Amino acid sequence: MTAATVSPLGLCLVLARKDLRLERRAGEALLVTAPFGATALLLAPLAVGTDTPLLRELGPALYWLVVLLFGVLVTLRASAVDGPAQVAMLRLAGVGARVRLAGRTLANGVLLLGFQLLLAPVAVLLYDPDLTGWPWLLPVFVLVAAGLAVLGALADALAAGLAGRTALGPLLVAPLAVPLLIGATGVLQAARYGRPPWPWLLLLATVDLVAALLAAWCAPHLEDRT
Amino acid sequence: MPQIGKAAPAYRRVVAGILGSPGGSAEVARLEDVTVAVHRTPVLHGLDLRLAAGEVLGVLGANGSGKTTLLQVLATLVAPSAGRGQVLGSELGTPGTATARRRIALVGHVPALYGPLTLAENLRFVARLSGRDEQAANGALAAVGLGGAARRRAESCSQGMQRRADLARVLLAEPSLLLLDEVHAGLDRDAVPLVDAVVARVRARGGAAVLVSHEPDRLVGLVDRLVRIVDGRAEPVGDFP
Repeated sequence: MTAATVSPLGLCLVLARKDLRLERRAGEALLVTAPFGATALLLAPLAVGTDTPLLRELGPALYWLVVLLFGVLVTLRASAVDGPAQVAMLRLAGVGARVRLAGRTLANGVLLLGFQLLLAPVAVLLYDPDLTGWPWLLPVFVLVAAGLAVLGALADALAAGLAGRTALGPLLVAPLAVPLLIGATGVLQAARYGRPPWPWLLLLATVDLVAALLAAWCAPHLEDRT
Repeated sequence: MPQIGKAAPAYRRVVAGILGSPGGSAEVARLEDVTVAVHRTPVLHGLDLRLAAGEVLGVLGANGSGKTTLLQVLATLVAPSAGRGQVLGSELGTPGTATARRRIALVGHVPALYGPLTLAENLRFVARLSGRDEQAANGALAAVGLGGAARRRAESCSQGMQRRADLARVLLAEPSLLLLDEVHAGLDRDAVPLVDAVVARVRARGGAAVLVSHEPDRLVGLVDRLVRIVDGRAEPVGDFP
């Protein structure tokens, strides 16, 4: 049995694939959290009533709000938690903290994209929003998924092993994710009123970049906690 | 060498297949005046230990005496708060330990398996991480007698099967330093020779092994010498208690 050196990107892909396989078995993100998010989208029209213009106006913002809050739960899914034995095994296999965080982020990102795509038709059905400039949604989906994936992975690593992990995680992520919410709704608003959405996309990309740099800086320190 | 002649017939072939050729003779690990505090409580205190290539060391000690912490230090997963040491040529607490880690295997109290994944998927995951042929995973499972259970989810396997799967992981890793923490716990009688064989394999390749156990009887014939952790230090044990 001979071993070949695996690149950090290769390790990252192996980790993400493992996480996605675990999610496929557990179904936490797409079979539990996504229907829960869809239910939350349904509750707003029930509360607002039959004020269709108001729902059309609020729809996109409520969608992104649900994506943000429930998306954090996707990133904190229990099936993705590595116990001390698994972490030790990964460290001895030469998987560093940054690669572990990157692998988790990649899997989070894929799941969040799926989560957004599942909820989008529900929001369209319930709120009948103005879809002018909808192609701009495509980069927004990717940028929001990436940003939330990094922040969620980082919060999960920070809260690992703590009893209140599932409560602490959203508390850590939500404030940091506010620019993602503002940017995502801003892009659609700009497209709707014929303004260039680039500044909002730039905001989203900047948040992603800062989150990635923060995660890269934090990761080794998180490992040192042991 | 361990007594493998009394192994159950099913495992004799396995043991023979696992054993390899002899290797080098360098020092594998050296700890000097090492102190480790866990949550600010000193667990190891002024501990000295040397481990030669080809040597198998047994570690005894009461609950909470620091046996597991010692294994974590040797695995380079925990850096000493005082003192110094080297493992596989890398100074503890320095970035160089990252290189040494790939040559270390640790089998702890809890098997390092992902419950929802099958045993084969778990082993293939380890193989991919270390850049090994995925087919080697099936071979390793077969070697520990789990070829027929490869498609069973780890969470549905008995503790003994999970232990054996963890030993299969060691076979895949081909470590130079093997660290076993209460490895006999949960293993059925027939599977015990597997531990002997895995240890013998590492020793034959010029590596070393450290076995922690509550039960000294389990280590008879398997280790070259014994130490007992008392007050955070490793004290030599002349003979099996």
